[in-house]
Amino acid sequence: MHSQGPGRPSTVFAYAAMIFLLLPLLAVVPVSFTSKRYLSMPEGNWSLRHYQELIEGPEWLGSIWTSFSIGLAAAALSTFLAILFSVGIWYRQSALTRPLVALVLLPMAVPPIISALVLYFFETRTSLYDTLGGVVVAHTVMAVPYAVVTLMVALSQVDRRLELASRNMGASLWQTTVWIVLPNIKFGILSAAFLSFILSWEEISVTLFVTSTEIITLPRRIWSGLRENIDPVIAAISVLLIVVTMAAVAVKLAVEGRSPLRRA
Amino acid sequence: MDRRKVLEWTVFVAPLPVLLAVSYLLPLLGLFHWSVTEPSPGLGNYVRILVDPDIHAIMGRTLRICLLATVVSVMVAYLLAYHWVFGPLWRRRFIEICVLIPFWISVLIRAFGWLIVLRPKGLINDGLMAAHLISEPLTLVRNDLGVVIGMVHFMIPFAIFPIVSVMRQIDPRIPAAARGMGAGPIRRFVEVFLPLSMPGVIGAFFIVFVFTLGFFITPSILGGGRVVMLAEYIFTQMSQTADWGLGSALSVVLLLFVSAMIWLLSKLTRVETLIG
Repeated sequence: MHSQGPGRPSTVFAYAAMIFLLLPLLAVVPVSFTSKRYLSMPEGNWSLRHYQELIEGPEWLGSIWTSFSIGLAAAALSTFLAILFSVGIWYRQSALTRPLVALVLLPMAVPPIISALVLYFFETRTSLYDTLGGVVVAHTVMAVPYAVVTLMVALSQVDRRLELASRNMGASLWQTTVWIVLPNIKFGILSAAFLSFILSWEEISVTLFVTSTEIITLPRRIWSGLRENIDPVIAAISVLLIVVTMAAVAVKLAVEGRSPLRRA
Repeated sequence: MDRRKVLEWTVFVAPLPVLLAVSYLLPLLGLFHWSVTEPSPGLGNYVRILVDPDIHAIMGRTLRICLLATVVSVMVAYLLAYHWVFGPLWRRRFIEICVLIPFWISVLIRAFGWLIVLRPKGLINDGLMAAHLISEPLTLVRNDLGVVIGMVHFMIPFAIFPIVSVMRQIDPRIPAAARGMGAGPIRRFVEVFLPLSMPGVIGAFFIVFVFTLGFFITPSILGGGRVVMLAEYIFTQMSQTADWGLGSALSVVLLLFVSAMIWLLSKLTRVETLIG
């Protein structure tokens, strides 16, 4: 079977599946160039008016900026906390390690709707509700398990004798961390930060619960647009996001030199 | 460890668990508490879940749609994983592009894309009408079909990773041996390759099923308020009806069900093999 490779009927189905995966992303492109006010195919009348609206309307630019700054802050916070935690765990295993790791990974296993409720209850009781800081904290909680997993994988490939050598030569734990451990996991750190940024940038379930009128992230604005009247501006912003995402993934693959499929 | 070392270790390890204990674990326990205290102390909310036919209908629909979406996602993912592992190089590259790009793109944009394709004046209906194959637009969205399509599209990448991981660990000499002993391609697949790849299929099934149960963005956009599933129902209980007791109790039920599924997965297959 393997020497021959997959047969013809199964190849046809595989291509159909690939078209299925790309179809909704490709369909957005022509709609974003329509000259009409409502969602439609351009039908010969191509126009950039919806892109213009995107650039000129203060709401969309404001939301892009809000999401971008929240994403940077959440990525920085979650990467920093994840580094401390996973390096600490890597230095010394204890009876506490397993329950602590389970606690840290909890938000990854719990359904998003429940995480949203949990963070809503937390933020309404700490006056973080509907504030910039509140969204950063909520996004950090949601992204940090992925950052920890990424860093633990990176650390599992570091030679433990490096730490012992550094400690034997009199370096403190902080010196060892900064000069020995962190340089050895720098790609893991970049990866964790990238993943945290993307998770925050796209986060919607939790954001719906912890914001109301003050903080409108980009996904939240898209969500309202989709629920009320569907404006072709959403198609324009979708095309921009698809292009940016493709570029970011290309950079990520170039930096790491492998895709999650190949690692699998 | 002497005291100074313990202190150093604590400075590293403590901050993240402390943050999560305060912001996540405590309110999660609070959810259990509210489910038996709001609006009045007792098991009233759970009794309501047991007897209310509307809630049963929502749970039945959730299970039906999630199971269907899971089975279809895993089948398509199996096909793509098979081609990814055994297909020619350029096909593998193309599959990678088709899987990874949607994987990284926002769930909202993916749902929006399906809206454009499936709605009454969308790509598919316009195409079929122009070809005179139909005279009335088909209802492809704001119903179960639209929700299942959107969910399958979202879940395929998540299902491919564990299946690819297990398929790559299969020793190619085993199917080759079956071939040497005279088994035809169908028999080699059904009796040798499929059973060997089952841990990946089981893993993918549970991962996708658990994920679909709790997610509400795709169902609320593609269901358009007509296909209300458990997560969206909890959302409305909390944000519109303000029935926190019932919303909390339903969350607890969902959480217990999901935990049972994850436990079952850990019993059925070794989780490490799925990560590879």
